[in-house]
Amino acid sequence: MNVVDRPYAPADETEAAEIVGAARKDRIKLDVVGGGTRAGLGRPREGGARLATARLAGIVFHEPAEMTLRARAGTPLSVVEAALAAHGQMLPFEPIDHRALYAGAGEPTIGGLVATNASGPRRISAGAARDSLIGLRLVNGRGECVQSGGRVMKNVTGLDLVKLNCGAHGTLGLLTEATFKLLPKPQSEATVVIRRLDDERAVAAMTRALGSPFGVSGAAALGPGMGREFSRTFLRVEGFAESVDYRAERLIALLADFGAKHALRGEESQSLWRAARDAEFIAEPRERAIWRVSLAPTKGPKFVARLGANALAHFYDWGGGLVWLASEPSDAAAAAVRAALAPLGGHATLVRAPDALRARLDVFEPLSPALARLTRGVKASFDPDGVFNFGRMAAGM
Amino acid sequence: MSQIAFPPVDASILARRDAILSGLAAILPADGLIADVAGRRAFETDALTAYRRLPLAVALPRSSEEVARVMKFCRDANVNVVPRGAGTSLSGAAIPQEDAIVIGLAKMSRILEINLADRYARVEAGVTNLAISEAVAPDGFFYAPDPSSQLACTIGGNIAMNSGGAHCLKYGVTINNLLGVRLVTLEGEIVDLGGPALDAGGLDLLGLICGSEGQLGVVTEATVRLLRAAEGARPVLFGFASAEDAGQCVAAIIGAGIVPVAMEYMDRLAIEICENYAHAGYPLDVEAMLIVEVEGGDDEMAAELAKIAAIAKAHRVQTIRESMSAMESAQIWKGRKSAFGATGRVADYICMDGTVPTGRLPEALRRTGEICASYGLRVANVFHAGDGNMHPLILYDVNDPVQQQKAEDAGSDVLKLCVELGGALTGEHGVGIEKRDLMRRQFSEADLAQQMRVRAAFDPQWRLNPAKVFPLDGRAA
Repeated sequence: MNVVDRPYAPADETEAAEIVGAARKDRIKLDVVGGGTRAGLGRPREGGARLATARLAGIVFHEPAEMTLRARAGTPLSVVEAALAAHGQMLPFEPIDHRALYAGAGEPTIGGLVATNASGPRRISAGAARDSLIGLRLVNGRGECVQSGGRVMKNVTGLDLVKLNCGAHGTLGLLTEATFKLLPKPQSEATVVIRRLDDERAVAAMTRALGSPFGVSGAAALGPGMGREFSRTFLRVEGFAESVDYRAERLIALLADFGAKHALRGEESQSLWRAARDAEFIAEPRERAIWRVSLAPTKGPKFVARLGANALAHFYDWGGGLVWLASEPSDAAAAAVRAALAPLGGHATLVRAPDALRARLDVFEPLSPALARLTRGVKASFDPDGVFNFGRMAAGM
Repeated sequence: MSQIAFPPVDASILARRDAILSGLAAILPADGLIADVAGRRAFETDALTAYRRLPLAVALPRSSEEVARVMKFCRDANVNVVPRGAGTSLSGAAIPQEDAIVIGLAKMSRILEINLADRYARVEAGVTNLAISEAVAPDGFFYAPDPSSQLACTIGGNIAMNSGGAHCLKYGVTINNLLGVRLVTLEGEIVDLGGPALDAGGLDLLGLICGSEGQLGVVTEATVRLLRAAEGARPVLFGFASAEDAGQCVAAIIGAGIVPVAMEYMDRLAIEICENYAHAGYPLDVEAMLIVEVEGGDDEMAAELAKIAAIAKAHRVQTIRESMSAMESAQIWKGRKSAFGATGRVADYICMDGTVPTGRLPEALRRTGEICASYGLRVANVFHAGDGNMHPLILYDVNDPVQQQKAEDAGSDVLKLCVELGGALTGEHGVGIEKRDLMRRQFSEADLAQQMRVRAAFDPQWRLNPAKVFPLDGRAA
């Protein structure tokens, strides 16, 4: 087998397993390629042959009454979402579309979504992709086909390799199939808006809302200059129309002293959450580095304050627990981000930066020695010779 | 199939008993080590009481550091380790053996931190499930997973088994409500996975540890999500003339885009047993009953219940009884949550825990009845209908070895049926020793080998809870 420019594109799992087995034998590294829309995430590829999931495509089943769907890894997300929408259902976790950040073309796939645990604003109420993923099949680095989980909502049979592979950036194996549990698409939504809060007050308002019994499914805060000249804090409720009306009213009353007065509806609300999901508010200018920082919600503003001038732009999602941050694409700025976060706890991912920077820095939160040892052991248990996406998550792994 | 086997006891460990005990005594406080037979007897079984094995000794550490010392000692001395919470496992996951040290987390029962603004609690592993919710209830918060044993079971045990409960249809199981753990590895390292943030970096080792049945390390602390309780909750009883009607009603409710907080199913025998015990006002003249619970403000609940009632009527519901007070709601849930205890007063039973795709529930119920009848045994069904997690209680007489064998065989057949219908051996009770030898029904050799290699990354010598989860034969060295 030679390293070629044209990717391997197996037509089924058996063929994929043969390719992986041969690559292992010939000591060839494989880079898994889906739609390519998230290729900028993680450390840059270190060369090797490309293994494309494009032909491993199609919905295997969608059982609306059971609220489950299984699709092959190369299935475009748009195909899955259209099939679900036809039955008034959705993937619960509102997966981020990375094309805004990377200005990329291509079509996001199910495999890429699983590999990056792509989640969005509804993470606070419906969990991440890993919480909805109930089963998968993969080809491990030994060229063996392995399944974990299944198609049922509750399953504790054996070790859970499903979540382990979700967000593993393809470093453990080639995903071939994924099974999700679904939710009904909300009939209606409303987004309560509060204007002109500073960061601390915005997070305080979101904290009060998230500690209320009104089922908030989105809590984000934008600074001045992000769509309006003043800052805005947003709180979303979803569900049946009469319930949404009731809860939006109650939230406005609850947050009256913060200045809550009205709620956005329909497309106005939807487009706002799409933009927050995709981090559009900080996507420009292109040359800036972008960070995704997850921490305890009330520490969000403290983290940003500690960054000082290193924070070129930022907004909050998850009630303050997710900070989308733009910085200079430099070693110094990266060091400042890690230093600002360290005493607060949490983790920072360098989502966008030039290849050279992502190659020499930790893209993900650095691992403690004990965690690095366990991570190495788990990687070796799937992929003893480092065939898959070598170095994607951490150098030398 | 005969009685569930245990691996042969390691004679080299037994031969070193005195040295092991004095080694442990040197690293634990005097009241942290139980060596006498009477004391050890309390740790010989869990809720799978038909099986009892006396451990070599019991360590009761008070801190992660003490756990780490015991783990390192056991690794260096090549002694098996069986972690234990409250010992409420229905699958035998906490049953020890003569060559094993039990590490009991009972003394680590402090709530370390409650942070309502950031909506988490940090607790030691020995804190009971219910104690977390009770600590935050005055502020209107709760910890969502609610296994029936929540009064006794510990959060450490919940994490080991990835426990569920009646309300996971809306709120998910343990892993969906777990933010972080402090894990002590066999090497005696103390590792923090996750924390108050929603996402952790690196591989999702938290998702791997949760549900690993104590085979990868000992969890000593947990950070769990706290949720604000809804304004109100109201369970409603729906009685049906047939299991099919009830099953189709469940599918239709979900198909209509309604996800109630809970949808519990009980058949005639289960209704009768629970009603006799709890006097919850269950209808006694129906073949099947659903407890459907909705949440929210009064008008919200009324609107959702009206939708559900209309669907139930379209599926020939015979009786509808709405809870009119908090006390009635409590009675309704008391009946359901005491199903296992109430059944235990009528007969001995084994409780199966297989899961099937919800569309296959009517078939699963019918064939479960046929299987049990073919062994001459009675079965009561009570389960989480919304997620297809069955709980057939197979009644038998524990003093009759022939009946016990029949009950175990029938249970095994029911689990094979669940897998055949596209489901799983266990939805929330875990594999333990009970379903270990059925694992090949659900998994291929490659699947199991992959799981065992992951296990070996944490415990290459099979020292941690070694008799559990994986078939005894075919284990990789």
